[in-house]
Amino acid sequence: MARKELPEINAGSMADIAFLLLIFFLVTTTMDVDSGISKKLSEKPPEGYVPPIIKKRNIFEININRNNELLVEEEPMKIEDLKAATIKFIDNGGGLGKLVEGVSTGECDYCEGARSTASSDHPNKAIISVQSDRGTKYGMYVRVQNELLKAYSELRDRLSLKKYNMTYTALEQAFKDTNRNDEDLKEKVNDIKTSYPQIISDAEPTSAN
Amino acid sequence: MSKFGRKKKGMPAVNTASLPDIVFMLLFFFMVTTTMRETSLKIQNPKLPNATEVKKLEHKSLVSTIYVGKAVDVEKEGTGDKIQLNDKIANVNDIAAFIYNERDQVSEAEVPYMTTSIKADVDCNVGTITDIKLKLRDVNALKLSLSARKPGNE
Repeated sequence: MARKELPEINAGSMADIAFLLLIFFLVTTTMDVDSGISKKLSEKPPEGYVPPIIKKRNIFEININRNNELLVEEEPMKIEDLKAATIKFIDNGGGLGKLVEGVSTGECDYCEGARSTASSDHPNKAIISVQSDRGTKYGMYVRVQNELLKAYSELRDRLSLKKYNMTYTALEQAFKDTNRNDEDLKEKVNDIKTSYPQIISDAEPTSAN
Repeated sequence: MSKFGRKKKGMPAVNTASLPDIVFMLLFFFMVTTTMRETSLKIQNPKLPNATEVKKLEHKSLVSTIYVGKAVDVEKEGTGDKIQLNDKIANVNDIAAFIYNERDQVSEAEVPYMTTSIKADVDCNVGTITDIKLKLRDVNALKLSLSARKPGNE
């Protein structure tokens, strides 16, 4: 008779327990998204592959030595000046562009560079070659890559602003927002992309050790 | 008169009966979104370089991460740059096997979209990174992301 009914479990502390767990998960949650500089490696060349001969004026040579100093086109340079020098080189437009499906892309009509015959012909011919020593610090290498990408994005933004009245970054974002379906935006993005293609090559490092 | 007095006696208590429900809902949300770090780091937590031109990696399941940095256990592993694949410190030559293993875990159609993310410390040598790149090129894992932090964000 004493156990007529089961005593009810006290659920008052339930909220406290839940709170405790909640706070634990709140603290441990990291919602960081991995972000980084994206690069595309070149494919492995087949055996006995002879690289095409490229005019020297179309190559922008950057050397980073083991003391993290820059040598750009055989002149020492500070990293702060690298972006401007890169823009000057890419945007020179001193000649004709490369052949696309047998048709020459002609002169660069959107370049605002000096059109010097000593610098690059066309943005789609301009190659940036980064050569680093094995002992170079990775941080420095990333900084150089970042400066080069900055130069490209500045040029792309400028052209995009002129042509389509919005920056390339905004254009790309708008394209992404339509789930990459909008044909019109796709064309615009591709147009800017091919106008200033990113051609950054990493030369084999000079091995010293 | 007494009626008025009784009514003003105290504020009615807010019903907290649904509080556990709300808290539980939040709890489940965070439990589901939490991703525990699946690999324990055998190298010192890399200090990522800063860069402004970063792109976010969108599909987490398609990303394989390689850590590069100094070993935590210097006495056992020695000094110099170490490469960590999965949960152990590995040799450069193990990268090919690691990539093949990662490829097995996704469907064949998604393989071309796989990205390798290199989380390397600012102080490590470019030579180590180049070795990794050459190995990645050998197995045709060409999409690469050099993990970096946008200044301003933590």
